[in-house]
Order: sequence, then structure tokens, then C-alpha cells
Amino acid sequence: MTDTALQSQGAETGQGGSLLRRFAAEFAESKLALVGLVGFAIIVFIALFAPFVAPQDPYDLASLDIFDVRLPPGSVGQETGITYWLGTDAQGRDMLSAIMYGLRVSLFVGAVSAVVSLIIGAAVGLTAAYFGGRVDSIIMRIVDIQLSFPAILVALILLSILGQGVDKVLIALVIVQWAYYARTARGSALVERNREYVEAATCLGLGHGRIMFRHIMPNCMPPLIVIVTIQVADAIALEATLSFLGVGVPVTEPSLGLLISTGFDYLLSGKYWISVFPGVALALAIVSINLVGDQLRDVLNPRLKR
Amino acid sequence: MLVYIIRRIMQAAFVIVVMSVLVYVGIFLVGSPVDILINPEMSEAEMEAVTKALGLDRPIWEQYFIFVGNALQGDMGKSFVFGQSAIKLIVERIPATMELAIISIIISLVIGIPLGMYAGLRPDSVGGRSIMAGSILGFSLPNFWVGLMLIMFFAVMVGWLPAAGRGPTVDVLGIDVSFLSLEGLKHLILPAITLALSKTALVVRLARAGVREVLPMDYIKFARAKGLPRRRVVSVHVLKNIMIPIVTVTGLELGSVVAFAVVTETVFAWPGMGKLLIDSIGNLDRPVVVAYLMQIVFLLVVLNLIVDVLYSILDPRVRLQEQKA
Repeated sequence: MTDTALQSQGAETGQGGSLLRRFAAEFAESKLALVGLVGFAIIVFIALFAPFVAPQDPYDLASLDIFDVRLPPGSVGQETGITYWLGTDAQGRDMLSAIMYGLRVSLFVGAVSAVVSLIIGAAVGLTAAYFGGRVDSIIMRIVDIQLSFPAILVALILLSILGQGVDKVLIALVIVQWAYYARTARGSALVERNREYVEAATCLGLGHGRIMFRHIMPNCMPPLIVIVTIQVADAIALEATLSFLGVGVPVTEPSLGLLISTGFDYLLSGKYWISVFPGVALALAIVSINLVGDQLRDVLNPRLKR
Repeated sequence: MLVYIIRRIMQAAFVIVVMSVLVYVGIFLVGSPVDILINPEMSEAEMEAVTKALGLDRPIWEQYFIFVGNALQGDMGKSFVFGQSAIKLIVERIPATMELAIISIIISLVIGIPLGMYAGLRPDSVGGRSIMAGSILGFSLPNFWVGLMLIMFFAVMVGWLPAAGRGPTVDVLGIDVSFLSLEGLKHLILPAITLALSKTALVVRLARAGVREVLPMDYIKFARAKGLPRRRVVSVHVLKNIMIPIVTVTGLELGSVVAFAVVTETVFAWPGMGKLLIDSIGNLDRPVVVAYLMQIVFLLVVLNLIVDVLYSILDPRVRLQEQKA
């Protein structure tokens, strides 16, 4: 290691506060990523507080008016008195409210499946890298085989077996996604496992579990965090696709994908808003998460450090 | 070498067997297909007769072995809905899906390589940056969403192109293709672009990364020093060297394109295998679902096998490492 590299490393590890500030400054270098971050924050806010910001409760059948069916954007409900800024759907639901609630389901599915597959995948990947040998080759063979099948196909098979439901979609997404985390975690853990601090921990007589999860894992987190952001967006897209195909979430809890799917039947008759606005919301969500993820990858990648 | 190939083939066969068990047992757990095939007025005896005729009264492992035995003879059972051989139903639809898949791959290469090379040659230009930002969109936007927007614009708003179905087909050597007539081409273009988009983004990234890697090489410097025009250096020396990863990945991605055709075909009501799969899942038409899945598992495993073997021929390190492990 050269002197300058040592110095910069010293600066990095010196103060926790400045490290975080540097990270924020590097992240903010890309305007596009900032836009993505703002978009993502708005979307998370809407999803969390949908019941408070939505003009109408789309699940409450009593608040719907059958005369307000398929109204174009900007119409005012005769009985409800609500202005439907984005129009209404076939049940007379305000599209804006339906989208806000749909965003909730989509984000929930994306976030939960990403976190669960992160936990499973990281544990499996670390185990493979830490023990090596036979354990490693068996685990990685399974991962390779799984990754050679397109995610959409595996999820489709699983859901056609499991049936509809938010919980079933979650199971399918976790089964599809854990392998990505396992491969990434193994890759970075293989590097870490030969470091001196691991040797030191082994000499201290610490248990395998403690060394793996308390010593090695924290050092494997940066690439995993990048994968999480990208996989959340992927999970949302996959869930939307599955719901669009009619094997995803049930009609009672419509996600954005299902809203698009139901609106698709009316698209050709010119009632574009039922399908297009949820589509725009979905695209905004996915793109903003991806912009954040892309920049995170650049910032967290030590090879690209200037 | 031979040992490696034999080992890889055995591995591939093992994967196919495991997948067939998983798929068959899994699909078996889905509700009884008898329920949707009979009408409510049927008597108990008639219902039993139907169950027996379809072989559904036997234990599941017996059904599985009968299925494997028949499958090896090219018979995967009769569709509950169409009453025809499941394999035949799928084979009839292969040309439509493959046409869509191949045209999409061609589109992604023709558009992706020049864009990616441009972005690689001028990484800091506005054009290069926009191409890379665009490729994020191509990667992340779901397939069905893109199809929907294209229908929205080209079919509903301006009305230039049809929104659904496959146009008239022309018989070429016994295979129906639709790209030879104008009407057929019009039907083909939107679904093909939809399916091509994410692969185009992938090709752009590969081409860009390849160019960035190749440019600092000595042979490029040498070609320039020889006084070759820039156009020739780029179109011969650079292009040739970035093609290897692109061709490999494209070959591997063929399986994924066929899998994603499920979504595109559903959006555009394209009469291919994918739409058949979705319809069959909806109808609980078990033999067709199982036959489709087995056929695509087979396709994916064989594609992987071919790529692995080719790689081991081109790069001996791969098989030596394998033997060590």
C-alpha cells in the first residue's frame, strides 16, 4: 500500500461524522441521483401515510358512488363532492386514492421480500464462503442452477402452484431473489475471510457464528446494500408483472400492477386514465429507486474512488 | 476434456430430472382439474368416470412415472381443455414465439451495439451520458408496462399499428412466419420492440464496458499508429473484440427472452407458447402447463450446457478449475 493510500484510509476511518458527510457529498454529485432520492422519499411518504393523504378510502365500498364510474380526470363526483383529479375506475373509485393505496401494497411487497431474501441470502452466502470446500460447492451449485432460470418463470411456476395472495407473492419473490444475495455475500466474504482480523478472531477462540456475523458480515454490507436497492425495484416490477398476468395479489388488495391490469381492458376504448396513471406511478417508483441504487453503487465501489 | 463434457451432461440431466419432479409434484398440488371440466349436473358416477379416464385416481408417484414414461416417447398427455396432445399444442405455437424472440434479439443487437459503442467512445459526452441513463430505464421498466405505453401511443392515440394479435403468416419451408408481409410486420413490430427493450439495455452496457476495456489495449494504439482511419479502427479492431461477450450473453439470454415472451404475448394477445401457458394456468390445464415448463427447462439447461462446453473449449482454465473442485 502506498503512503497516499494509507493516508486516505486514515482519513476515512478517523472520524465517523466526516465519513458520513463525505458519503453524502459524493452521493449528491449526481443531480439525477438527487432527483431519484427526492422522488423515492415522496413515494415512501405517500405509501406510509396513504390513509391520511388520499382523498378517498378505495377499500370502503360505502364511500364509492356507482354513478361516478369511469369518469375522466378532473370530474367532480355528484354525490361525493370529490374532485377526481385522475378520474375514476370501473368501480367508481378515485384513481388517485387507488394509486396511493396501490403504491403501499407494491412498496410493502418490494421492501419485505428484499429484506427477507437479504437475510437468507447473506446467511447462506457467508456460510458458503466461511466453510468453503464441499459446503461451498454444493451451495453455489444450487445458486448457479437457480440463477440460470429467469426470475419471471420461477415466480410464475411458484405462484401457479401456491395460488394468489400477498403472502404467496412474498414467498415467491424471496425464493426468486435469495440467490442474488447469496452470490454477492459469498463474493465479498471470500475476500474478507482471509484478512488478519478474522485470523485474530479465530485465535481468540470465538465461535464460527460470532466471527461470521459480527466480524465478517459488517464488512460485506456495502455491496449488499447496493443489491438491496436494485432488488427492491426489481421486486416491485416483478410483483406488478405477476399481478398483471393475474397470478399476483388478490383483487381485494390491488397493487399498482393489478390496477394497470384492470384498466388494460378499457385502454382500447380510449379510457386511458384507469391504466396509464397507475403505470406512471409504477414507473416513477421503479426509476427513482434505480437512480438511487445506481449512484450508491458508484459511491460505495472502492474501485471507482477518485 | 471428454470427462468434463460427460460430467456437465450428467449434471444437466440431473437438473432436468429434479425440475421435472418439482414441477410435476408442484402442479399436482393445484386444485383438481376435474372440478372445472365437469358441469354441475353430472352425477357422481360420471365424475368418477372422468377422473378415471384422465388417470387422476392413481397415486401421484404412479402418475409421475407414467408421465415420465410417456414424456420420453414425446407424449406429455392430452390437454384437458383442448382435448389434443399437449406437446402438439405447444409445438404449433413455437414458430410464433421464436419469431418474436429472434426478431427482438436482432433489434437489441442492431440498436444496442452502436449505442453502446458510442457511449464507450465518448463516455463524458451528453449523448453518452443520456444513453447510459436511458439504459437504466430499459433495464428497470417492466416489460408489460412498456408494451402498454406502446399500445397507448401507437395503437390508441395515433392508430398506426394494431394493438393485438398476429398478422397473416407466410409459409416458409413449413414454418409460418409473419414478417414477410406488411400486415404481419405491422403486428410484429410493437411486441418485438417491447421484448427487445431490456435486452437492448443489456447490450448497450456490454458494448460500452467492452469498448472501455479494449480502447487502452496496445493493438488499438498500434492500429492508430499505423495511420488507420478512426472509422476502421472502431469498426474492425474494436468491434471484433467486444463481440465475444456480447454473443455469449445473447446466446444465454435467448432462454430469458422466451420466458419474458410470456408477458409480452399476454399484453399483445400474440398467439405463442407464453400466452398458451398463461391461459392454461388460468384454466388449470395441467398437462399443458407441465409440458410447457418441461420444454422451457430443457431449453434453458441445453443452452447453458452448450455455452459451458464452448467456454471450456475456448478457455481451458474453466474445466481445470472444475476438476480441482
